[in-house]
Amino acid sequence: MANTPLAAGPSGAKPKPFITPQRAVVYTVLIVCAIFFLFPLYIMVITSLKNIQEIQSGNIFIPTMHPTFDAWEKAWNSACTGLYCEGIKVGFWNSIKITVPSTIVSIIVASLTGYSMANWPFKFSEVFFTILLLSSFIPYVVMIYPLVIITRELGIYSTLPAVVLVHTIFGLPLLTLLFRNYFASLPQELFKAARVDGAGYWQIFFQVFAPMSVPIFTVAVILQVTGIWNDFLFGVIYAGPTNYPMTVQLNNIVNSAQGGKAYNVDMAATILTGLVPLAIYFFSGKYFVRGIAAGAVKG
Amino acid sequence: MHSVSVKNLTLKFGSAEVLKNLNLDVEEGEFIVLLGPSGCGKSTLLNCLAGLLELTEGQIHIKGKNVTWAEPSERGIGMVFQSYALYPQMTVRGNMSFGLKIAGLPKAEIAKRVDRASEILQIGPLLDRKPGALSGGQRQRVAIGRALVREVDVFLFDEPLSNLDAKLRSELRVELKRLHNRLKNTMIYVTHDQIEALTLADRIAIMRGGIIQQLDAPQTIYNRPANLFVAGFIGSPAMNFIKGETVDGGKRFKFGDVSLDLAGYEGGAILDRPKAIIGLRPEHLSMVDEAIPGHTIPAVVEIDEPMGADSLVWLLAEGRQMSVRVPVEHRPAPGKQVHLKVDIAKASLFDETNELRI
Repeated sequence: MANTPLAAGPSGAKPKPFITPQRAVVYTVLIVCAIFFLFPLYIMVITSLKNIQEIQSGNIFIPTMHPTFDAWEKAWNSACTGLYCEGIKVGFWNSIKITVPSTIVSIIVASLTGYSMANWPFKFSEVFFTILLLSSFIPYVVMIYPLVIITRELGIYSTLPAVVLVHTIFGLPLLTLLFRNYFASLPQELFKAARVDGAGYWQIFFQVFAPMSVPIFTVAVILQVTGIWNDFLFGVIYAGPTNYPMTVQLNNIVNSAQGGKAYNVDMAATILTGLVPLAIYFFSGKYFVRGIAAGAVKG
Repeated sequence: MHSVSVKNLTLKFGSAEVLKNLNLDVEEGEFIVLLGPSGCGKSTLLNCLAGLLELTEGQIHIKGKNVTWAEPSERGIGMVFQSYALYPQMTVRGNMSFGLKIAGLPKAEIAKRVDRASEILQIGPLLDRKPGALSGGQRQRVAIGRALVREVDVFLFDEPLSNLDAKLRSELRVELKRLHNRLKNTMIYVTHDQIEALTLADRIAIMRGGIIQQLDAPQTIYNRPANLFVAGFIGSPAMNFIKGETVDGGKRFKFGDVSLDLAGYEGGAILDRPKAIIGLRPEHLSMVDEAIPGHTIPAVVEIDEPMGADSLVWLLAEGRQMSVRVPVEHRPAPGKQVHLKVDIAKASLFDETNELRI
């Protein structure tokens, strides 16, 4: 017994316990956080599926016995936003009309600005960059009234172009920083090689850099779409009543009191409003993280 | 007419002068290597030639045409970079034809040039691959191909072999030399590797601090360095330097108790200089057992490093460390007292005050 050959003993790596104390702590924290954030969503979903009697009589935590999509239909088609009762779909299409051009215009302008700053340095380009960065630290509230006057003088106040312009302006500092850093992190010799090949400003941008920059464009799209979709303030100030985005319409539905509060309709309208950013995060979270990391490599 | 001619080129970044009033004439078909430590301005000079940096002062002529302010693509140059700089989203064929497409060449002509270059570089089977699917050596070949298809007079190489491993580097070095023999283009090649410089160059320009220290054939640079910096930079292991003085009207070099006879030195008038330095390459010294007055330096063997073909022996002579290259069968035992015989015809003398060769 004392001289058991080594080969006969246990072999392989030392077995590890399934759950170590560190893991237990990590998982506990993650689960608690997940519950904390998911619980409101759960209440919203079940409430939106209840009818009004069930809401008035029942406990809000208990799932519905008779799920119905009536509240969703009403929220989309016929919920009242003050004077009109056309549902939140008007706001949905307005949000699309605001988000799509704002995203496209701001990304075009910011990517070109970032590209110019990173690869075609002009006199004082660093100064411009610093100003751009500093401006993103100024509370945007101070710029709201001046921008009202500017858009009024341009004759576009209370229209779609006004709100697109404002979104583009406020998107520029962060997006330009993102694009500048990304382009600066691309190998400089690639830029030189393209110049020797005779490519100019636009050819280098479109044929050499843009195909290499899918991650950063994805990040920019995600940032802008979610940011602009979630915006309330600029929509209510610059867009004008006929162009109110979905968030503003949602507020109007929830706050326009006619008789009892239709919690199920409110909840349904809220979920509908949040669906777009939710879907975007859900499907592109991977690219989002990757792109943010890629943009942060070099300053 | 010179192939490339640089006249009084000065480049400043802010207040820092990176290139100082630099002049360089390159002959048609010549292979020039710009060699120097990092930060000496060699890559900067190449970028100026390519038109990627704007000069502060001076002129650049290529093929007799003043191209000082011309765009890189209009200068008649092709360039190869250290990091290959291939366009990652394009195939090898796409990489090689990108510049030609921009120049608006007809498709048939582009195809002809790409085929010719890929045949020269033997990259035909790779034409439809993307750079990511190539090895380092293949990538650099494609990068050379991208310069070849431009069918230009002057090729610029910016440390093209530095990213490759040692074996591949020596293979591609030979291929580059073969390529130059075949094409007979002017080539300007930047490197910090002196072996590349010595093997490839028709002439080497040794640079330091934005100034060309010496521009000469490799053998001249090696055997008759123009100053202390060049002497110390070229050669591995470095040249042995001994401080001393020249006496007797420049007939003898004295340091410590040793006095060397300078008869047979190839250079200028030696004169009597109180501060002089003699430079002796390890292979120009030999070990003998008996002292020969005026021709040997007594030394004690410290260690030796066998290097295969020969052996490098480190010795102490008058308190100074010296190295000697000897045939591997002559390895002496550590601690042995020997004498180093000096081949004065191959020695270099420098004046310590201005560091120039005498």
